[in-house]
Amino acid sequence: MTDQSLTPHSLTPAKPRRPFFLRRGPMEAVAVTVIALGFLMLFQPFLLVLYTYSLVTLLAGTFMFMIVSKFPE
Amino acid sequence: MTTSPNSYADKAAEVAARATPERLVVRVRALSDRAIAWLFIAPTIVLLLAINIFPLFWAIYLSFTNFRANRPNAEVKHVGLDNYTRVLNDPDIWVSMQTTAHFVFWTILLQTLIGFALAYLIDRKFRGHAFWTTLILIPMMLSPAVVGNFWRFLYEPQIGLFAYAVSFLTGIPTSEIQMLGSVNLAPWAIIIVDTWMWTPYVMLICLAGLRSIPDYIYEAAEVDRASNWRQFWSITVPMALPFIMLAVLFRGIENFKMFDMVNLLTGGGPGSTTEVASITLKRDAFEAWATGRSSAFAIVLFVAVFGLANIYVKALNRVKQR
Repeated sequence: MTDQSLTPHSLTPAKPRRPFFLRRGPMEAVAVTVIALGFLMLFQPFLLVLYTYSLVTLLAGTFMFMIVSKFPE
Repeated sequence: MTTSPNSYADKAAEVAARATPERLVVRVRALSDRAIAWLFIAPTIVLLLAINIFPLFWAIYLSFTNFRANRPNAEVKHVGLDNYTRVLNDPDIWVSMQTTAHFVFWTILLQTLIGFALAYLIDRKFRGHAFWTTLILIPMMLSPAVVGNFWRFLYEPQIGLFAYAVSFLTGIPTSEIQMLGSVNLAPWAIIIVDTWMWTPYVMLICLAGLRSIPDYIYEAAEVDRASNWRQFWSITVPMALPFIMLAVLFRGIENFKMFDMVNLLTGGGPGSTTEVASITLKRDAFEAWATGRSSAFAIVLFVAVFGLANIYVKALNRVKQR
């Protein structure tokens, strides 16, 4: 009888994976993308409406980054 | 029988302890290590709160009000997000943001390329390299006010050395070389001065990075018959990259706030071609006296730089981990 949680290469049971929105790596990448987007919106010369919403985007990205960077690896 | 130095120290400590009043001894003993640590860092924390944190929170508070610094006794009303709405819908401020982006992009690009190239040359340790390092570092040590004033003289169309040199090399009459008066040339005049002044700073950081690369890595590469080109791209650049990134971060943050040089050289002109965000901010705050609105503008700039610094620190950590 074998344990389903054992991987072929180790005898320790594999940890259950966290859901996507609680994982630090991918969520940090999302936050950085949002910040970069906000930054580009703030300095782009094409559409005033993008400039108008740049601060909200930047704030959302920055707060998200501050929260998700505290998640465990 | 001999007495060791330690026993002398113990005796001295004992004598000193006896001489200390009993009440003071009890009070000092009562303080934990943690309390003593707090006692030492408390003045720094108080100073930091007073000169950094408090003004930031005060500016955030003012950005939600109609406060005007030239009318301190007038009633202060909360206007909600009105100041932010006005700043983020103003086409003039939008244009000043683009001017800032143009200025920051070109200064950082030029300073990084020239700074790294100079550091690479200085790192060769040729004869007299210390003298050249000192000479290159001089512009960085000057005050921006001094630099702004003497570059104004250098850019003078009639008597300026810059105009004379360009005229000598290109044949264009000096009267036509209006670096500060031309709409097309004025932004580049500021970029040239900032690059001249701050390239040594980037060079210094890059030089620290290059000097930190151990020689044995190059020796191993030579044993493997790697070409100089290959060594440069596979050893020098990757190992100096964290330092280059730090230099870019420092210069980026500084250039977003650039005020003194632009104010001295062009004052934002001709027209508004060199009106970077900090010049617009100063006009809003101290000419229009719209303190609340200018505080909102300052917070927008702060959020932009803070967000960028977050991305940058993450990228820097990733490069360091490689």
